[in-house]
Amino acid sequence: MSEVKKIATRASYGEALVELGKEHDDLVVLDADLAAATKTGTFKKAFPDRFFDCGIAESNLMGVAAGIATTGMVPFASTFAMFAAGRAFEQVRNSIGYPHLNVKIGATHAGISVGEDGATHQCNEDIALMRTIPGMTIINPADDVEAKAAVRAAYEMDGPVYLRFGRLAVPVINDENYKFEIGKGVQLRDGKDLTIVATGLCVSSALDAADLLEKDGISVRIINIHTIKPLDEDILVKAAKETGKIVTVEEHSVIGGLGAAVCEALSEKMPVPVKRIGVNDVYGESGPAAKLIEKYGLDGKGIYESVKEFLGK
Amino acid sequence: MNKLELQKTANEIRKGIISGVHAAKAGHPGGSLSATEIFTYLYFEEMNVDPKNPNDPDRDRFVLSKGHTAPGLYATLAHKGYFPVEDLLTLRQIGSHLQGHPCKQHTPGIDMSSGSLGQGISAACGMALAGKLQNKSYRVYALLGDGEIEEGQVWEAAMFAAAKKLDNLVVIVDNNGLQIDGSIEEVNSPYPIDKKFEAFNFHVINVEDGNDFDQLEAAFKEAREVTGVPTAIIAKTVKGKGVSFMENQVSWHGTAPNDEQYAVAMEDLKKVEEALCQK
Repeated sequence: MSEVKKIATRASYGEALVELGKEHDDLVVLDADLAAATKTGTFKKAFPDRFFDCGIAESNLMGVAAGIATTGMVPFASTFAMFAAGRAFEQVRNSIGYPHLNVKIGATHAGISVGEDGATHQCNEDIALMRTIPGMTIINPADDVEAKAAVRAAYEMDGPVYLRFGRLAVPVINDENYKFEIGKGVQLRDGKDLTIVATGLCVSSALDAADLLEKDGISVRIINIHTIKPLDEDILVKAAKETGKIVTVEEHSVIGGLGAAVCEALSEKMPVPVKRIGVNDVYGESGPAAKLIEKYGLDGKGIYESVKEFLGK
Repeated sequence: MNKLELQKTANEIRKGIISGVHAAKAGHPGGSLSATEIFTYLYFEEMNVDPKNPNDPDRDRFVLSKGHTAPGLYATLAHKGYFPVEDLLTLRQIGSHLQGHPCKQHTPGIDMSSGSLGQGISAACGMALAGKLQNKSYRVYALLGDGEIEEGQVWEAAMFAAAKKLDNLVVIVDNNGLQIDGSIEEVNSPYPIDKKFEAFNFHVINVEDGNDFDQLEAAFKEAREVTGVPTAIIAKTVKGKGVSFMENQVSWHGTAPNDEQYAVAMEDLKKVEEALCQK
């Protein structure tokens, strides 16, 4: 078996910004003293005149982005997910969301895969927070190909977008023919016994879990939900009808994230048993990212075990 | 507009503030009245704006960072011609375009939604930065409350404005000395305001009487000459200015007059109008 290529989606973000920057003069990138980590430094190098460092001041970062957007330019405001969605929540809500301004928030270092920095920097709540803002689009790409496509699609649509990227290099699971559409889930594999709905780096883990489950004779459908909002309810209802059981997997709290969004949709439209796999209402901790993913049961083996338990097998 | 016309316009704006807040039975008259001359001077003298083309990309911008004094801005916009003066009586009502705090999407002439204190100045910085980037000559004005500058975000924005050399930005602090819980000195004193902005590398202009058009004119003219740094105008004003029983009374920060008080207030303003007409 050939070695799987791994790329962190934050790196994809930086590269995508440079590509878009070449095509569009109105694209501006803002950061809050984390350009090396968020990878907006790649853009800064290519377009120093259109890059602005706001320093360690995330509230102002979001407000400045909002002001720029009122003039018709398209700002990408970047910092870690903790500070973008957490610290600056109310600025995003009132200065960007309420006036529905065309600001793209590039939030990197989401989830426990931040690794060694530990709980203070591992944001497992950002999807929950951003979901509550009316009109906010939330995209959590699974790999390099999807992340780059998402950045482009975010630029091309009008309105605020929260883009969620990771620090950890993750397997590239899509190829160059991949077609990305905001709000459209992607069925990666068909199966009849249950459906695993995953987002972000957990999509790759879900595929690993499906391989293990297949060996036990369990046939699994895999759906990648890259856009948490607006949620592709049709693909979920269809899966619920056809496979009867749903398992959600995310590198995020089980409260308010993908699992919650799926439960909310299905409880109204097609109630079926749902198992939510994610961070179980706890803070993260320090450790190597891959080890943490294992410890919190978000790798292929962890998902496999949770699914077996859910099925009572 | 000459000074007398500005004074007459300000008095009409004050009537609009009182009428709107009275009709709404809610709203913030105190800080609307303290800033009335600032609103009037900006929209009728200083700013390059056209109510017939409110989205002109080359227009000057205004951000009411102290968004709760929307009645003052709405009355100014109405008298400038952005929408009918009668609309002021729909303030804060269901279905009205005049929300409790400014909403960019609802009201013509509102350049930025605001109301959550400390946020407007950041948006103003973004507008000023974008103007520089696009080689536009428009100027950006942000009006802040003196209580509002207790918000940390104000100082994040101030640091940014100076660091990015936003000399097309003018921050005005409506220094009426009162906030909801009392005098700004008692609550959590932001003084000295001028020294703070100086320390943040602003060009600072102190205006002794921010309800005086001559002094405002001098300040805004001086601000136009400043290059390389943003300007802060610290304008000493009287909260509730123009309505006898509201002046310097913290209780009128966010309270609407009842029918009787409304009549007294309108009588006060009528007298001012008559006096101005004698000139």
